[in-house]
Amino acid sequence: MTEIIVVTSGKGGVGKTTTSASLACGLARRGKKVAVIDFDIGLRNLDLIMGCERRVVYDFVNVIQGECTLKQALIKDKRLETLYVLAASQTRDKDALSSEGVRRVFDDLTADGFEYIVCDSPAGIEKGAHLAMYFADRAVVVVNPEVSSVRDSDRILGLLSAKTLRAEQGNGQVKEHLLLTRYSPKRVATGEMMSVGDVKEILGLDVVGVVPESVDVLAASNAGIPVILNENSDVSRAYEDAVARLLGETVPLRFVDEPKKGFFARMFGG
Amino acid sequence: MGLLALFRRSPPSAHVAKERLRIIIQQERNARGGGPDYLPLLRRELLEVIRKYVNVDPAAVQINVEREDGQEVLEFSVALPEKAR
Repeated sequence: MTEIIVVTSGKGGVGKTTTSASLACGLARRGKKVAVIDFDIGLRNLDLIMGCERRVVYDFVNVIQGECTLKQALIKDKRLETLYVLAASQTRDKDALSSEGVRRVFDDLTADGFEYIVCDSPAGIEKGAHLAMYFADRAVVVVNPEVSSVRDSDRILGLLSAKTLRAEQGNGQVKEHLLLTRYSPKRVATGEMMSVGDVKEILGLDVVGVVPESVDVLAASNAGIPVILNENSDVSRAYEDAVARLLGETVPLRFVDEPKKGFFARMFGG
Repeated sequence: MGLLALFRRSPPSAHVAKERLRIIIQQERNARGGGPDYLPLLRRELLEVIRKYVNVDPAAVQINVEREDGQEVLEFSVALPEKAR
C-alpha cells in the first residue's frame, strides 16, 4: 500500500517545504520507504532544504517527459537509507506537468515498493498546487496562527473537497490534518496570537502537529539538514510527534503551553 | 514582562483575529456554495426533470449542502407554482 500525502497551505512561506522534508525524514527514520517530491516547477527548493542540491541531475519534469528513468531522477538521501528526493525542474514552465504524467510516476513509485509519497505543494492555487493534491490520500495543511494563512488554508480545504481524484470519484474524502507552524506559546498566553484551539475551531480540522517558532528552522535550512534531524531541538520533537500521529499513534501535544515562571521571574521580568 | 505589565492591559488582538476569520470564512464558504462543484449541474438537470411534469420557475429550485458534525446533507427544495397544486 502506498499512501500519498500532500503538504499544502495556499499561502507561501508558512513552512511547507520544511514540513515536507521533516515528515519525509521522520517516516524514513521509522523504516518506511519514502519519496518526497517537489511540485514547485520553476522554483525548486526542496533540494536545498534536503541538502542534495548539488546532486540533482534529472528532475520530475524529465521523468514525466521520458527524458530519463525514474530511477535516474530519484536522489537517494545520504543519511537515511529508505529516503529519496525527486527535485522540481528549475527551467521549464509549470505546464510541463500533466496529471497523466504525475499518475505514471506515482504508479511507478508504487510498483517500486514506496510506502509513502510526500508531495511538497507550491503556494497558490494554480496548476502545480492542483496536481500536488490531485492524487492525495491525505493532506497536511500547514498554517501559521495568523489571519491570512488561516483564510488561505480554508480555500485549500475547499479545493481538497472538490478538486481531487477522491472527491471526483466519490471515493471518500482526502483525510485532512492541521499542522501549525511558528507557534509561540508565549504570545498565545498574552492574547497576541491565536491558539491551536482557535485555529482548529475555525477550520474544523484535527491537529497533527504544532511546531514552535524557533531559530533552529533557519539554522537547519542554512545547513541543508532537515530540522527533524536536529535532536536537540523542540522543533524536531514536534515533527517527530506529527509523524507518530500520521502513523496512527496517539501522542499528546507538546510545546503549546508557556513554561510556568516562578514568582521572581514574573515580578522582575525574564 | 515586569511589574509594569501588571498595569498595562493590551487588547487581546488574537480574539479580534478569531472573530474576523470566523465571519469571513463563513462568508467565503457560503459563496463557494459550501459544496462540491457539481451542484450547479445537478441543479440544472433536476430542474429539467421536474419541468417534464410541472412548469416551475428556475428560481424556485433551491439546492444546498449543509455540514453538520462531519456529515453532509444535500438539501433540495422546489416551490410549486399556484396552479399546479
